[in-house]
Order: sequence, then C-alpha cells, then structure tokens
Amino acid sequence: MNTPAALSRQQQQHLRSLLERGLPLCSEPYAELAKQIDSDTDSVLACVRDWQEDGLFRRFGLVVRHHALGYHANAMLVLDIPDALVASIGEQLAEEPRVTLCYQRPRRLPQWRYNLFCMIHGRARAEVEGEIAAVLHRHQLAHYPHEWLFSTQAFKQRGGHFSTFKAHAVDVGRHD
Amino acid sequence: MTELQRQLLNRLQRGLPLVSDPWGELGRELNADPLALREQVSLWLEDGILTRFGPLFDVERIGGAFTLAAMAVPEERFEAVHQQLLELPEVAHNYRREHRLNMWFVLAVSDASTIEPTLAHIEAITGLRVFNFPKQREFHVQLYLPV
Repeated sequence: MNTPAALSRQQQQHLRSLLERGLPLCSEPYAELAKQIDSDTDSVLACVRDWQEDGLFRRFGLVVRHHALGYHANAMLVLDIPDALVASIGEQLAEEPRVTLCYQRPRRLPQWRYNLFCMIHGRARAEVEGEIAAVLHRHQLAHYPHEWLFSTQAFKQRGGHFSTFKAHAVDVGRHD
Repeated sequence: MTELQRQLLNRLQRGLPLVSDPWGELGRELNADPLALREQVSLWLEDGILTRFGPLFDVERIGGAFTLAAMAVPEERFEAVHQQLLELPEVAHNYRREHRLNMWFVLAVSDASTIEPTLAHIEAITGLRVFNFPKQREFHVQLYLPV
C-alpha cells in the first residue's frame, strides 16, 4: 500500500462534515470523498481508519429502524446492584445478544434505587418478558431488586438546531 | 425478505469493510453482484428501514454530551408536557414508559455545560422534578438484530 499523505486540518474537518451526512453510495466512496476534499483515496481511507481506531465512531455501517425489522417491543430493565459488583455484572449483561444498551447510572434515592440500566428489544412484548426472565436466570440476578419498564410510545422530535448533531450522525441512544 | 437481503442486512450490522471498494468486497463475501447490493441499501434508505449508512459518530468524542432524564408526569398533563418538550431542540428522543416515572427523554447538546441549565429550564416550564441519569459507565454491546 502507498504511504498515505496526512490530511490537513481543514481537509479533516471537511471530510468529517461530509461523513456526517453518511457514506456516499457509489462504488468507490473514498475516492469520491477524496475528490471533494482534494486528496487521494489512500489518504482518506487512512484517516477514516485512524478515526475508527481512535473510537470517534460508535459504529461504521448501518443504523436500522428496529420497528422496520419487526422488533416492536422494548423494555428498559433496571437493577439495583451493589456498587462493588456493578462493573462485572454490567459487562456480563452487555454480552447478551438482546441487550442493546447497557449503562451504569446514578441512583436517585429515595425515589429511584436502580444503578444498572439495560435496553432489551424483541419482536413482541411476551418475547421481551421471556428474554428478561432468561437473562436474570442465566446471570443469577433475580434476587437483586429490579423492574422493567416497557416503552408504550416513542415520540418524534423536531430536528435539532445544531449542525454538529445532524439527527442521525450521532448515537444518542435511540431505542426505536 | 429474500435470503440475500437477510444476509446483507445481517452482514452490514457488523460493520462495513473499510476498503476502497467495499461493495466489491461484500459482493465476494456474499457471492452477489456488488451493484445490486449497493442498490438494495439505497432502497432500504428510501424505505426508512435504514436511517443511516456510514459512520455513526460518538457524540462525546466530537465535543458534545448527552444524558437520560425522566419525569413523573400526571396522566392528565402528559400530552401538554410532551408538547413542551417537543419545542426544545436539546431533546433528542422522548419515550413513554410504564412506570411512575413515565416520561423518559434523552438530551443531546453540543456543549456539555448546557445539560444542567436545560434540565433546570424543563423543571421551570413544567413545574415537575426532572431526574437526571447521566451515564457513569458504559458497557459495550454489539448491536445486532438478526433478521
């Protein structure tokens, strides 16, 4: 592979703003991007790979609408896990294929005792409930206080105003 | 959905190959015509099955911040409060959930220091307490919804 030239700061900014709109749907997308920022394919690819390794992207591929794929139900499973165990249990739960988000968040006592939040998707409510029971059983968590909150409506928002956050370019934890 | 459509959707959920000719590579992997694969993704974007194709940026890595917050909204006020939040550009998503805390929303802002004032503003305009649940630790999941 040729040694790619480092992109200038301006080129990088330009490339980022182009990528925020998505990857061009053509046979050589990086060549197309290179043309637009006055660079070459290898340099653009090298920069994108660096960004990928650096963790600038959460994912590189598709964002699917769960509903469109038939995943119509989602519940937020919340658990009250002793602080000393929450990291290891969180890691275990994140490995579960049906867990689509998993975070430690603060308790808000006395109204809210839970510190581990997991999102679980399924095709129907009964399937999600079955999955929750199975997950709690597999990881021996049923004895910890927990609840699950089904989503009954997802509201459409009007688009945000700030250009860096073009609604779809960032992961803001959408669940639909 | 055809077998090839299923394979393509499942394959792309695991990420797009970072090479100059990603469609050629996918075509070889799935034993399919690269152009047909690309046209299929284009159709899915038009249909809304996909909302995005390409990189999904990490909001915190590009200088922004987000948080999850919740409120216990009296049932008779639910619609009105929902309308109030709809006006706020910082509110990215809003979900009704079955719980005393029945309104759950995500704030996404380009400057982390605006999270607290935005939450205070929501408390002021609604007269309701907002519970803020910023993430303390993220456990990484492999987002994959097989079809």
